Amino acid sequence: MTDVLTPVLTNNWGDERSWTLEAYEAQGGYGALTKALAMAPGDVITAVKDSGLRGRGGAGFPTGMKWSFIPQDNPKPKYLVVNADESEPGTCKDMPLMMATPHTLVEGVIISSYAIRAHTAFIYIRGEVLHVIRRVQAAVTEAYAAGHLGKDIHGTGYDLDVVVHAGAGAYICGEETALLEGLEGRRGQPRLRPPFPAVAGLYASPTVINNVESIASVPSIIEHGAEWFASMGTEKSKGYGIFSLSGHVKTPGQYEAPLGITLRELIDLAGGMRDGHELKFWTPGGSSTPLLTKEHLDVPLDFEGVGAAGSMLGTRALQLFDETTCVLRAVLRWTEFYKHESCGKCTPCREGTWWLVQTLAALEKGQGSESDLELLLDQCDNILGRSFCALADGATSPISSSIQYFRDEYLAHLTHGGCPFDPAASTLFAAEGASA
Amino acid sequence: MIDETTYAELREIAARYPEKRSGLLPMLHLVQSASGRVTPEGIEACAEILDITAAEVSGVATFYTMYKRKPVGDYHVGVCTNTLCAVMGGDLIFDRLKQHLDVGNDETTQRRPEDQASITLEHVECNAACDYAPVMMVNWEFMDNMTVQSATQLVDDLRAGTEVHSTRGPKLCTWREAERVLAGFPDGLADEGPSAGPASLVGREIARQRGWTAPSSDASGSAPAVAQTKVEAVQQADTSRAETETEQEKADD
Repeated sequence: MTDVLTPVLTNNWGDERSWTLEAYEAQGGYGALTKALAMAPGDVITAVKDSGLRGRGGAGFPTGMKWSFIPQDNPKPKYLVVNADESEPGTCKDMPLMMATPHTLVEGVIISSYAIRAHTAFIYIRGEVLHVIRRVQAAVTEAYAAGHLGKDIHGTGYDLDVVVHAGAGAYICGEETALLEGLEGRRGQPRLRPPFPAVAGLYASPTVINNVESIASVPSIIEHGAEWFASMGTEKSKGYGIFSLSGHVKTPGQYEAPLGITLRELIDLAGGMRDGHELKFWTPGGSSTPLLTKEHLDVPLDFEGVGAAGSMLGTRALQLFDETTCVLRAVLRWTEFYKHESCGKCTPCREGTWWLVQTLAALEKGQGSESDLELLLDQCDNILGRSFCALADGATSPISSSIQYFRDEYLAHLTHGGCPFDPAASTLFAAEGASA
Repeated sequence: MIDETTYAELREIAARYPEKRSGLLPMLHLVQSASGRVTPEGIEACAEILDITAAEVSGVATFYTMYKRKPVGDYHVGVCTNTLCAVMGGDLIFDRLKQHLDVGNDETTQRRPEDQASITLEHVECNAACDYAPVMMVNWEFMDNMTVQSATQLVDDLRAGTEVHSTRGPKLCTWREAERVLAGFPDGLADEGPSAGPASLVGREIARQRGWTAPSSDASGSAPAVAQTKVEAVQQADTSRAETETEQEKADD
């Protein structure tokens, strides 16, 4: 029986100077690289396929299969791009990983690049995390000096260069084709698919784009084997993942567990909700995944379980809100975010998110009528699935799910002539009596 | 000002990439470091080095929120007002700082005679530190678990020139120094600060206390029932974007 928590990626966080090569190698770091370099690249892909690892950036696409789409008969260079643009509201796992143990990521980058036969890899980190960028820059420099990067790595004849690239503030660049645009020095606007990045990605060359946690999971799979990884998790959702608890819970933070753990178990580990309060609504995987309620505490947090409950596992970004929180206020703020971050390429998203904000803002002030809820759902229907990328789809998630579960609370704003909640009661320092 | 040294460094950034235009984002960070904002002169310099038009550079500079067309103060102070931080106190903190500094969003304080530094205040979107909410960022360094009191103290200290450290990083540098690191010129401060903040470690600590670990290397379980074909994989993957992709491919067949 697997333990409730299974720290692998988080296991060395907090250790003395854990971010340095010396500390990483003392824990056996770069051993998996030696092992991988002795394998045929195709066998590395097979191992990752057999492990059942599915993308940790939200979509859950099988990582090994993604790698196998790279056409090896294509004469162009192959590229690996790490998506370290972590910006989905609620998601906060990749940043502490890169801050505490950047070498786990670097080792994963080298093994993954070797598997897909890439000789240049990029780590695209959002620009707004200075110290994380410092740590990754330093780790790459150390890896070059130690012969883990550069020419003739470990004497095998394999060459790899890694470029650390800082973004400049754009949620949309977490979308893989918008990220490629940013990496090519353009406005971050998603591309029409096909062609898919595996065939024509960066510089129109075959490109694999993976999330930080996916790539960082690769060394452990090579080190311990595909079967070991698959011994954790559920039937179709294998392995461990970092679950990020935030909000009105006693001990918010990072909990690394096999996929399939429930929110009830996680809240229990976190010491419960804050005193005297109870869970009202939560996001399973960031704000783009439909809201769930306390009825869903026992849903297995794997791709299938959360899907069956009407939401998505996403990035396991569990934002928890208690009964002091106005769901309309929460949803309006997320909607303002999507409006702000819409890249403007597709009309339904660019114009639609603007109208969603107008409609929600009026309702929050107690203006409008009950029919505005149908208007909102109609607007969502005209946005969902009608744009190039998933940003627009995500923008509709909090709205349609909150109307489904909290219709009465929307209506209470109309009968109350405004928001019936006291925003001070939901702050962390409510007890201090702090007010603006 | 874009002097010869900066020109050379801009070229150096472009040369890191297989295609030089890829250097544009970090190059604009360097322009901000050198000039305190994205200047017309900096745009021209990037355009010249990359063999693209100034309009193309401007198009990029106006797309990304970290690029500023107005001068930024010594310290860029961001308050997260995305939903979770807002609810936990970010809205109150941001309102209070606007009053306290007498500026609006994206505005810079006037230097008073006693001030050692100026501050640009801006509300920011989710900065990937939700387990430390409410979160502020100073020159894109984490300031975790903020309150109204600690936020006003922070800006007072910054203006007075008192030494301030990030809760998970080094002594705060200036905005222009930070922009230089983002351009890919390390400042040697990577070893400052802790490995992780307390919230990052809570799961690990519980596992240590209860003796929970990942399985041993010889563990094995059921073979994954993971998709073997692309169409199956897309069906299992849980974004509607992926679904759209399958439909697209069917149409191509």
